[in-house]
Amino acid sequence: MESIPVRPGVAIAPGDIRRVATAIRRRVLEHTLENNGGYLSQACSSAEILATLYLRVMQLGPSTAPPIPRPFAGVPGADNPHAFTGADYNGAPAPELDRFIFSPVHYALVLYALLIELGRLGPDALAAFNRDGSTVELIGAEHSPGHEVTAGSLGQALSQAGGIALARRLRGDSGRVWVFMSDGEFQEGQTWEAFAALAHHRLGNIGIYVDANAQQCDGPMDTVMTTEPLAARLRAFGADVREVNGHDPEALAEAGAGVGGLSAPRVVIARTDACRGIDRLRERWPKLHYVRFKSEAEFNLYRGLLAGLSEGDD
Amino acid sequence: MEIVQRPHHGHLVRWAEHRPEVLVLSADLTSSCEADGFRDAYPERFFSMGMAEQNMMGFAAGLAREGFFPYVHTFAVFVSRRPFDQVAMSIAYPNLPVRLIGFLPGITTPGGVTHQAVDDIGLMRLLPNMTVLECGDATEVEQVLDLAQAVPGPVYVRMLRGEVPRLFDPAEPMVLGRARLLGEGEDLIVLSSGICTEEALRATGALRAHGLSVGHLHVSTLKPFDDPRVRAALASARLGVITLENHSIVGGLGSAVAELMAERGIGARLIRLGLRDTYAHGASRQYLMREYGLDAMALVRAAERLVGEPLGIDEAALAAVRLETMGRAERTEDL
Repeated sequence: MESIPVRPGVAIAPGDIRRVATAIRRRVLEHTLENNGGYLSQACSSAEILATLYLRVMQLGPSTAPPIPRPFAGVPGADNPHAFTGADYNGAPAPELDRFIFSPVHYALVLYALLIELGRLGPDALAAFNRDGSTVELIGAEHSPGHEVTAGSLGQALSQAGGIALARRLRGDSGRVWVFMSDGEFQEGQTWEAFAALAHHRLGNIGIYVDANAQQCDGPMDTVMTTEPLAARLRAFGADVREVNGHDPEALAEAGAGVGGLSAPRVVIARTDACRGIDRLRERWPKLHYVRFKSEAEFNLYRGLLAGLSEGDD
Repeated sequence: MEIVQRPHHGHLVRWAEHRPEVLVLSADLTSSCEADGFRDAYPERFFSMGMAEQNMMGFAAGLAREGFFPYVHTFAVFVSRRPFDQVAMSIAYPNLPVRLIGFLPGITTPGGVTHQAVDDIGLMRLLPNMTVLECGDATEVEQVLDLAQAVPGPVYVRMLRGEVPRLFDPAEPMVLGRARLLGEGEDLIVLSSGICTEEALRATGALRAHGLSVGHLHVSTLKPFDDPRVRAALASARLGVITLENHSIVGGLGSAVAELMAERGIGARLIRLGLRDTYAHGASRQYLMREYGLDAMALVRAAERLVGEPLGIDEAALAAVRLETMGRAERTEDL
């Protein structure tokens, strides 16, 4: 399919978002087949959320980064002027533009796939995925395309985004800060410390989309450590909470409206299905965190599914 | 050389069978830390704590105060960095017998900077009361729980998972506070730890074939660090000492050796090989070992610096060194 170019402010139909979401799932499934392994269920659950953020919610400038990802240029330090972050795939920063902070960096493959569909990354960028010396890392780092902060120690990005939001308010920027999180991160105490601080400092220029797929590495979240009732807990912490179907682009877009003019952080709890669009994955439940195919028959089965991936209903 | 699949997985189950006081706490990395066998065998002694490591350390401390032996399983970064204050104050200060089992040491993971524990040994060595152990092969993975359990205070274990080579004969037990003597010699003294010992064996083999007399010790107890055999070996070094570790050269084996040499007045040159005060990035283990100089060739280059001339050892010579599990007979011959 053709890429959708960057057009901030231009209306995008829900159908476009579904098309991009399906393309993300297809690309991630393809990659998972080629590499015998991948974070596939995360693509299933989050494709519409991320596509809606980029196409309907966030105001980002065009990418200023090369379509072919730069190689690793060393870690940041006084003796390394060459270190960079992957934020320039989200456009150059400007006072009126938004910022995107990507927290659950094991979803990196999903973000890379989206950036490719949007034309922010070249079509062959995944060739460098998890290759030695590449920035297209398995677990996204701050130099990885679309990433801006070091976030792979889960639950750390929201606090950093809070600092960015506070700085933007101090500077008088009209642009907002958007954070994508996974629901598992609500098990980390730091997440709740962050919400206390966001509410205390009345930061209304930050919006947080949560992929509430109820899955984590060890299995279903309610068997590992429950975080429900998530909406009630967040409201008790002073957040402005919306709960939506995480596969409904219209509902996802509407839930982000008004951020920037609020006096509390907006949280969009996007209830999702970790097998969305690839029903076959259900037979692997509850082992969905990292998908690896075991037999040639299974390979063929999933290869056969590639062509049939459709856009589905809300 | 034998490669053992997931040695901790089965061993933990067998080892804990008749130790009802042993509990396992996990932070959403149960299979990743090979504790799923324990979970399935003894569900009443397994506790899922979610991704909440600071709280998990407090629970472990409380359980230990009540007479249990909590074996906390998670990645080494999530033992040493995130809950450092809780480990220091809730566990180390009251000297509680909590066992912190940390997986993915150093650059053994492609997960990048957030998953690579390059400073865990240093952080854990800093803590009073803490004992610090590191496994170098499957035999040590299978023996380290006995060592840890015999320590009355907190223990940090730097653990290996997945495919683990067997370098050491199981009949040669891992002993707390004692390095394994892998070769005697006096031109150079090599001290290695963890996965770097396999690399060091390759290099020392090539160096000996070149006619150098190389002493080699494998260190599995990083704290306390007072093995008389290590002291004696260091004092015997004619040209110098080389340390090789899968960790920052600050705070780990290299630092421990430097401290010991300075305090004992051992005036030999010391080259510390490891991550040179840098973070790493996500890539394969082999690539990173080469990039950061943790491999056999890095040790050969260090030896050349101490000898003062090129030794003409190339990759082919290193690859030609055959590594076998070091049984009694082979070891005697090697000595």
